[in-house]
Amino acid sequence: MTEVAGSTELGREQLLDAYRTMRMIREFEDRVHTEFATGDIPGFVHLYAGEEAIAAGFMAHTDNDDYVASTHRGHGHAIAKGCDPRAMMFEIYGKDEGLCRGKGGSMHIADLSKGMLGANGIVGGGPPLVCGVGLSAKVRKTRQVAISFTGDGGANQGTIFESMNLASVWDLPVIFCIENNGYAEATAQAFSSKGIDIAKRADGFSMPGIVVDGHDFFAVYEAAGEAIERARDGGGPTMIECKVNRYYGHFEGDAQTYRAENEVENVKAQKDCLMLFRRRVTEADLVEESALDEIDAEIKQYIDDAVRDAQAAPEPAPERLLTDVYVSY
Amino acid sequence: MARTISYMQAINEAMAQEMERDKTVIVFGEDNIGGTGAPGEIDAWGGVLGVTKGLHGKFPDQIMDTPISESAFIGAAAGAACSGLRPVAELMFVDFMGVCFDQIFNQAAKFKYMFGGKAKTPMVIRTMYGAGIRAASQHSQSLYSIFTHIPGLKVVVPSNPYDAKGLMITSIRDDDPVIFLENKVQYAEEGEVPEESYTIPFGEAEIVREGDDVTIVAIGRMVNMAKQAAESLSSEGINCEIVDPRTLSPLDTDTIYESVENTGRLVVVDESNPRCSLASDIVALVSQNCFDSLEAAPQMVTAPHVPPPFSGVLEDLYVPDAERVAAAVKATTGTSAKA
Ligand SMILES: Cc1ncc(C[n+]2csc(CCOP(=O)(O)OP(=O)(O)O)c2C)c(N)n1
Repeated sequence: MTEVAGSTELGREQLLDAYRTMRMIREFEDRVHTEFATGDIPGFVHLYAGEEAIAAGFMAHTDNDDYVASTHRGHGHAIAKGCDPRAMMFEIYGKDEGLCRGKGGSMHIADLSKGMLGANGIVGGGPPLVCGVGLSAKVRKTRQVAISFTGDGGANQGTIFESMNLASVWDLPVIFCIENNGYAEATAQAFSSKGIDIAKRADGFSMPGIVVDGHDFFAVYEAAGEAIERARDGGGPTMIECKVNRYYGHFEGDAQTYRAENEVENVKAQKDCLMLFRRRVTEADLVEESALDEIDAEIKQYIDDAVRDAQAAPEPAPERLLTDVYVSY
Repeated sequence: MARTISYMQAINEAMAQEMERDKTVIVFGEDNIGGTGAPGEIDAWGGVLGVTKGLHGKFPDQIMDTPISESAFIGAAAGAACSGLRPVAELMFVDFMGVCFDQIFNQAAKFKYMFGGKAKTPMVIRTMYGAGIRAASQHSQSLYSIFTHIPGLKVVVPSNPYDAKGLMITSIRDDDPVIFLENKVQYAEEGEVPEESYTIPFGEAEIVREGDDVTIVAIGRMVNMAKQAAESLSSEGINCEIVDPRTLSPLDTDTIYESVENTGRLVVVDESNPRCSLASDIVALVSQNCFDSLEAAPQMVTAPHVPPPFSGVLEDLYVPDAERVAAAVKATTGTSAKA
């Protein structure tokens, strides 16, 4: 793990917040994983576990009025951006009290009041949207920023190239974060791109392209902070590639035959973001173990309650099928 | 010899037989050979739901993986098709068509016309449509009407394993761009399929069930709903004829008109949204051409004009079911209120 100066900038409360965010995502995802296996959760579910440090590191710099466009793997971004995890759990169960009233599900979790433009079922759907948000912020002179998250697979989509160029020529306050977990579904990165660092593509659009260890909260925090500050000050877009691993299959139910035996176990043992964070803050005497343990227990209880209540919650009424469309016939 | 295999196996077998027969047939898409070579790998994924599984082992030179770059690889299919190959490209979900629509409707679809009839574009785009697996608004649409609207595209929607194989072979041998739509809910559905290669001509509807009271034209998976409805209605003395167009472009209007002329009544069952749809198109054609034979207003049974919802209870209401088909039939026979 690289030593990063940024860690010492953070006060105790900020460190606890960062840990709370990562732990909430982990607990949420682990629990969705076990509940999915029981057959109670419908649809496609893509879990973010393993990648928590990225969402937490970026969102430690954002406010409610900054915007995030997410991917199909969106729970972590949503939680870090301030979406209500309980309402998210209800949504994943398709319930009426869900964050999107049961109409969107896992793949479309969104809450505009928190600046969460939505998880997205279309790979490459997000980057153009953040250009729009960036333009809006620039024209209205609000100092807001917009961040798009894209996977290594999604980085090959035309939309991101077009968006990077647009953001560059318009000097937009946009950050393109690439979450490189090495796979696009079953396809390892070597099958779909010849380059090693995706961030090198930023050169072609005259914007900084930075590579960080996505397991390391502090590395992400520092790189994201610099880019976000530059964007707020009118310095234009940045691409940040975070090298990371995902712990579960592409979607729940994926047997992951394309991965090496013990691949995930080894990463967990050596690079787990929660473990690294804990070690770092306790060894530096910034936070005591017990405070972190307390957070773990609190969050576990919170998720237990959310799951139990979501399971028991009412389904949407049949009439809801026909509401919320722009034009009704 | 016919044996029982699934809708998915039927499509896989059709591709395998064509790749074997003709080395210019190439297959590509996302995750087609993904994972091959990784430690612990047993077989390539064969696409997201495994339709091309096993083909990589048999035809390593004819099958390729693509990056997630639909605009590029669907356009590449068009380029390959007009320069000597017969590509079969997999677009995972029809919903993703938005990403590469230009390459399909401005490029591939128009080569022949714009170039004065001189281009050949023998390409197939295989893709999945349909609601029913709680995959929400961006993975559940039934967008076949959009392709049918574009001149220059052939549109194929097989309703059963037998047709899936025969129509896929015809699609690969056809010299024009074909959009081949597979219903994801039907992949496991089994049926009798001959081992040997066979083709089913485009533009020939199948009379799935004979009857003389009402004509039901049903598309893709909706043929199953129509069959169930017809079954229950027959016990009430209503005799439905079911027509499966099999290809939406070309559309076998002769068979549809002939049937309506016999029955005097029409119900169209189409899982897509109702406005500017296959259902509205077939109703319009029949109204214009069989007006004198009609004894009741034609009925459409479709999804409502909303995107597919995530919630299971709402999605089940979204997809037309046998009860709604039966109600529409009764609306045409006057035995019940309007559907
Ligand atoms: C336009 C489009 N093409 C393909 C898909 C199917 N799909 C969903 S996720 C995915 C892989 C994405 O990989 P990556 O961008 O690396 O993100 P990761 O899943 O690794 O987080 C694919 C191919 C899609 N949803 N949208």
